[in-house]
This record gives sequence, C-alpha cells and structure tokens, in this order.
Amino acid sequence: MEIPYIVEARPDTGLHNGKLGIWLFLASEVMLFGALFSTYILLRVGASEWPHGDLSVLLGTINTIILIASSVTMVMAWASLKLNDWGKHRLYLALTFVLALVFLVNKYFEYSEHLTKGEGPWHSTFFAIYFTLTGLHGLHIVGGMVVMAYFLGPGAKLWKKNPDQFANRIEATGLYWHFVDLVWIFLFPVLYLL
Amino acid sequence: MDNATTLGTVAHGHAHEHAHEELGWWRTYVFSVDHKVIGIQYAVTGLTFLLFGFTLMMIMRWQLAYPGRPIPLIGTWFGQDKAPGGIMLPEFYNQLGAMHGTIMVFLGVVPLAVGGFGNFVMPLQIGAPDMAFPKINMMSYWVYFIGGVVMLLSFFAPGGAAQSGWTSYTPLSVIATSGQTWWLFGMIFLITSSLLGSINFIVTIIQLRAKGLNYMRLPFFVWAQFVTSFLLLLAFPPLEAAGVLQLMDRLAGTSFFEPSGLVVSGKVLTNAGGGNPLLWQHLFWFLAHPEVYVLILPAMGIVAEVIANNTRKPLWGYKAMVYSLIFLGFMSFFVWAHHMFMTGMGTAMSAFFQTTTMIISIPSVVILTSLLLSLWGASIRFTTPMLFALAFLPMFGIGGLTGLPLGLAPPDIHLHDTYYVIGHFHYVVAPGTILALFAGIYYWYPKATGRMMNDMLGRIHFWGTFVCINLVFMPMFIQGLGGMNRRMYDGGMQYAHNQSLLKWNVVIGMAAWTMGLFQLPFIVNFLWSIKHGKRVENDNPWQATTVEWSAPSPPGHGNFAIAPVVYRGPYEYSVPGAPKDFSPQFEPERA
Repeated sequence: MEIPYIVEARPDTGLHNGKLGIWLFLASEVMLFGALFSTYILLRVGASEWPHGDLSVLLGTINTIILIASSVTMVMAWASLKLNDWGKHRLYLALTFVLALVFLVNKYFEYSEHLTKGEGPWHSTFFAIYFTLTGLHGLHIVGGMVVMAYFLGPGAKLWKKNPDQFANRIEATGLYWHFVDLVWIFLFPVLYLL
Repeated sequence: MDNATTLGTVAHGHAHEHAHEELGWWRTYVFSVDHKVIGIQYAVTGLTFLLFGFTLMMIMRWQLAYPGRPIPLIGTWFGQDKAPGGIMLPEFYNQLGAMHGTIMVFLGVVPLAVGGFGNFVMPLQIGAPDMAFPKINMMSYWVYFIGGVVMLLSFFAPGGAAQSGWTSYTPLSVIATSGQTWWLFGMIFLITSSLLGSINFIVTIIQLRAKGLNYMRLPFFVWAQFVTSFLLLLAFPPLEAAGVLQLMDRLAGTSFFEPSGLVVSGKVLTNAGGGNPLLWQHLFWFLAHPEVYVLILPAMGIVAEVIANNTRKPLWGYKAMVYSLIFLGFMSFFVWAHHMFMTGMGTAMSAFFQTTTMIISIPSVVILTSLLLSLWGASIRFTTPMLFALAFLPMFGIGGLTGLPLGLAPPDIHLHDTYYVIGHFHYVVAPGTILALFAGIYYWYPKATGRMMNDMLGRIHFWGTFVCINLVFMPMFIQGLGGMNRRMYDGGMQYAHNQSLLKWNVVIGMAAWTMGLFQLPFIVNFLWSIKHGKRVENDNPWQATTVEWSAPSPPGHGNFAIAPVVYRGPYEYSVPGAPKDFSPQFEPERA
C-alpha cells in the first residue's frame, strides 16, 4: 500500500495531506505568537510607564509595505504555476525572496541603530519585547527564505516530474508566508504606533 | 524491479521509485521512515528514560529515608561536587528532583504513550499504510532524541543539571546555574518534536482512514490519540514562547519574569525590572495542565482496547466516551490556574478556575464509569494485559478523586505543596498511566514481534509492581494531610509536625527499591521474548476486532497487502447470532 492523498484531495475532506498539515502548523504558530502577545499585554498593563516614539515609524512603515508587497508576489508566483507560466513563476518567487531580504536589511539597520545607542533587550521591558518579538518574526522570515531558495534551486526539479505536487508545495509556502506577513501586521502597530 | 512494480509505476503515471528496493541496515533500523520502526524506537527510548527517571527517584528516596547517610553501592560515582563521601548535597537532590519530573513526563511517558503506541498502533488501527508524513515522523523522533541527550548532558554542566523543579518557576530558575539553560534548550527540542508529531497524527487520522472507517467507527484508542495531538499542537507553543522568554532573561539580560528591585542573597539584582514572575506560571501551566491529559488520554485509550477485548463485550457507552473525550480536551485549556491558587492571583480568578476544574472532572468520571460498567456481566479473561488494565481503573480513580480537594481553593490552602499533591498526581500518572502502558506493551507485543510475552513473568511483574506502587504512593496522602512539605531535601525532619510522619519515608523507600527489582522480570521478558517467545498461531492472537489485527505479525513495509475496508464499529464482540464471539471490523458480513 502507498500513502494516499499526497497530491490529490481526499474526497470527503477536500484536502490533500500537505495542506491540512500546513494549516495545523499555522494553528500552533498562532498559539506561539498569541502567548507572546499576551505577554506583551500583561507586562504593559502592569508597567508604570511605557516609552513612546523610540522606534522609527518610517522604517517600520517601509517594512510593512515591503512585506505586503511580498505577499502579493507570493500569490502571483502560485497563480503563475496554475496558469502554467513557469517563467513568471520564477520571476515572482525570486521577487518575493528579494523583498524578504530587503526587509531583513532594513531590520538590520534598525537593530544596529538601537544597539549602538545601548538600547538592547536588557535596556527595558519595551526593548526586551521589541527584540524578542521582532527577532522571532525575523527567524520566521529567514525560514521562509530558506524554503523559497529551495524551490528556486534544487526543489524546482519537481515541476517537471509532478507539476501538481509542486504547485501544492508553493501554495503551502504561500500560506506560511502570508501568516508571517500577518504577524508583522500585528507587530507593527503594537510596537511602533501604540 | 519486478514486473508488478513496473506496471504499477506506469499505471500511476509518475515515477514513484520506492517500496521494493532493499534498504540498508541503517535505513531499516536506525533512520527508518516506517511508522512501526519509529514507534518501536520511541517506545524503547521512552522505556529506557522511564527506568532512568525511576532510578533518580530511587537514589533520592535513600536520602529521604536515611538523611545524611552515604548512598550505598553507587554513592561514590557522583563525585565530590554532587555527593562528597557518597552523601547527597541539597543541590544534587534538587537536580535529581527536577530531572526526575522532566524525564518522566517529557522523555518517558509522553514518548512512550504518544510517540510509541500512537506511532505503532494508530496507523494500523485506521488501516493506513504509514503516517501521512513519514520523513517528518523520523525527524520528530530524532529531534526528541537530541532533546533527551541535551537533558542528560546537562548533568555535566558546571553546577549540574537544572534544579528548579520540572516547573522551572521564575525567578529562581533565572538565577540558577547553567544547567537551566541546557534544560531550556532541551525543552525547545522536545517541543519541536511533539509539534512535528502532533501535526502528523492529526493529518493521518483525518486523511488516511480506511474506506468505511467513519469517525464513530474509530477505536477509542485512535480517538484518544486524536484529542491528545490537538492538546500537544495547541498547548505546547505557549511553553515554547515561555522558554524563549526565560532564555532571553538568562542570556540577553532581559527581565520578563523578574520584578524591579528583586533581592537575591542580600543583593539587589541589577536587571531592568518590570517583569512578572506569575507570567511564567501562567504560560507554563497553560501547557502543563493540558499536558496532564496528554499523559492520561492515551492510557485511557489503551485500557479501553484491552477491556473491550478481554470482556468480550462492546464498550459500554462508546459514544458518550468519545464526546466526553472531546469535551475534556476542550476544557483542559481552561483550568490551568488551579495550580496557582496560592499565588495571590485573586479570589475572582480562583473562583473561575475552581469552577472549570469541577466541570472538567465530569467527562473524566464519564469515561472511567463507562470503562467500569463495561465489566458488568462479562466473563472476563484475566490475561496479563487485562490485569494491568483492570488495575488502572481504581488507580486512576484514586488519582482523580484525590484531585478534587486540590481543585477547590479552600482545601488547597492546606494541601498545596505537600506530599498529598505528589500522591495525587502520581496516582494519575504512575499507577494510572504507567500500568496502562504496561498493559499496552503486553497487548500489542505479539503484533510488533510475532511472539507472545511470557505469561508467568508478566504476572510476577504485575503483582509485584501493583503492590509496591501502592505502598509507595498511599503513605504520601498520610504525610501530605499531616502537613509534610514536598521538595524537602531531608524529608522535612527539622519540623516538629513531621516527626511522626518520617517513618513512612522508610516504608516508601523500601517499596520503591522493591518495585525496582520487580521490573527485572519485565526487562528480561521484553528482551527474551523477541527471539524466544511463543510464536503467535495467527495474526489475531487475542481474537480482537480492530483493524491492526488483520495485518501480518509483524507487519511489513506498507502494513497491508491490500487496502483494508471497514464494515462495522470497533467493538462488536459477542454479537447475537454471529458465528464467533468477535466480529472484526475488517471482515465483511457473511451472507
């Protein structure tokens, strides 16, 4: 016997295995970041004062736009596969990767500015939360980039062998990427604006 | 490649090349992607850790029974920094305590109950060829293995292993020696492993059920694994978050869990402050209460299978049990702060959490009562697995009922942090879960090896363990009600109110060491029967009804020659008019 529903959907659930798997993974990620956001709320409510304006809203806004744009290119990368346009798929996936990289470079400048001013995670509860949450989010960005690099490189061979399975994998990558994007959509107002 | 495979490949349209080529020894037995091999790896590793964790406790029990006396035989092994002259230092006692809890819960029981039994039995019971993601399954085991190695190595860290209890309460854990950092890294590995495992379990159960196996035909064991996986999936990430925060506190100088102006050993800590020690407890127990159900639900699943099989009757109230299970899993996310009545979090919070705690006891009672009523009017076969399963019922009953006073804030004021608590949760997990796990091993061993375990050794193992384990834990209720505190390195001998209770420490110690001896027949039986056990006469030696018994013993790669089809519910024993007293799920109705 072979494992069924790797590529095609099981009729009564309407899902293939990988898609259900990635949704479950995202559910656990919601709990992970949910716990961290709860930590933020609890510590902030208990704090006697809370700093404002320590972060660069401009850099944060730019990064928000970059990530939203990368979500769009990610969808296009998947849609191009469904339209059987391999060249466009490569272009959009590469573009997503580059946008993610730009996000991290931006983040690097932000981090180094604070660290040179001595505002490291040890400085205050605010910076502790800032570095922990954006750091974990940054790790998720890196994780996504590793996966994209794989599908731009050695993973791309699957397209020839089994296009449906390849499209499924890009879809799962996209779901994950939108989640990472969504986390930032919460992080940005919580850390930069409120 | 033989003809059949070639044809199959062509028919499938794309070239999946696998299945029939011979895998080398490493790929077959070590880095295997087969759920059965991974299940056995999990089970054997888990059993080894259980023995190791139990050994830690046997050493601690010497210190409690005879405080300040050199540990006999092995006392000199620990070195001058842990036990000078063989006499245990308080720090070493704390390390053993913290690591006993951690190892038993995260490295012993869960890997055996979920990783071992879940991996081996569940895909067979749902008629699947393997888990949905075999490579992730292998990764899950090896990440767990690394986590275990990190935990063991932490004993050699400067200052020794973690010593802040398995709960790692802040702020003590933040200022503890470097073993705590090892503990946190180990936990991150273990959490990642269980995340990978739980996704795999849920996808497998939803997607790979055999034809005809709808949800209400699932064996209760599969249901238990299903709910357990959701608990692991959703409850563990907050502990991962908490672990990351504590690592930040220890390594990056943050103070998530340290309030401003904390004084340690007469000195004010120079941290940023503004943290909250209770935050750790909330995040920890948000995992650790569902974790209690992770420990007990698979055990209930095993017991349900063994009881139905040996009473030759359907389970009483299967549907009520399933609904209770789902409700139990759901409610387990809303009871965590009953571990924190004494923290001063406020009466409103206490009132809420003691109410939810009383509510969650109802589905547990429904399940236990259903199992008990399943025995009514049965002609019970007292096989070795059945002895263990029967013992589970009163043991879990004692564990559950003694939990009620702890779940209510007023009696908890008296009982909190005493040996009563230790007695209570051990009755759930040790005489409860572990006896059930033994039942499972004796029950499914013939499926895994094609041979039976020796019955006489099994009975010696059962009676010895059953008597000793009660002698270990029953006196703890007496000590706890008398006010003896837990975590006392000398058993609390400096307190006047403990004087009449200290004698029980000797009884408990004797019973624990004797119980250690009674595990020898099991170890011998387990290893000896692999090669020399009585061969099973057919693939269904217990005359059971669930699908795993239609597979060969041991099942080959891919499990079933042809995809099984399920025709009926899981426990159709003694159906009136049927030709034999069991109607397996996988056998079509006779005309």
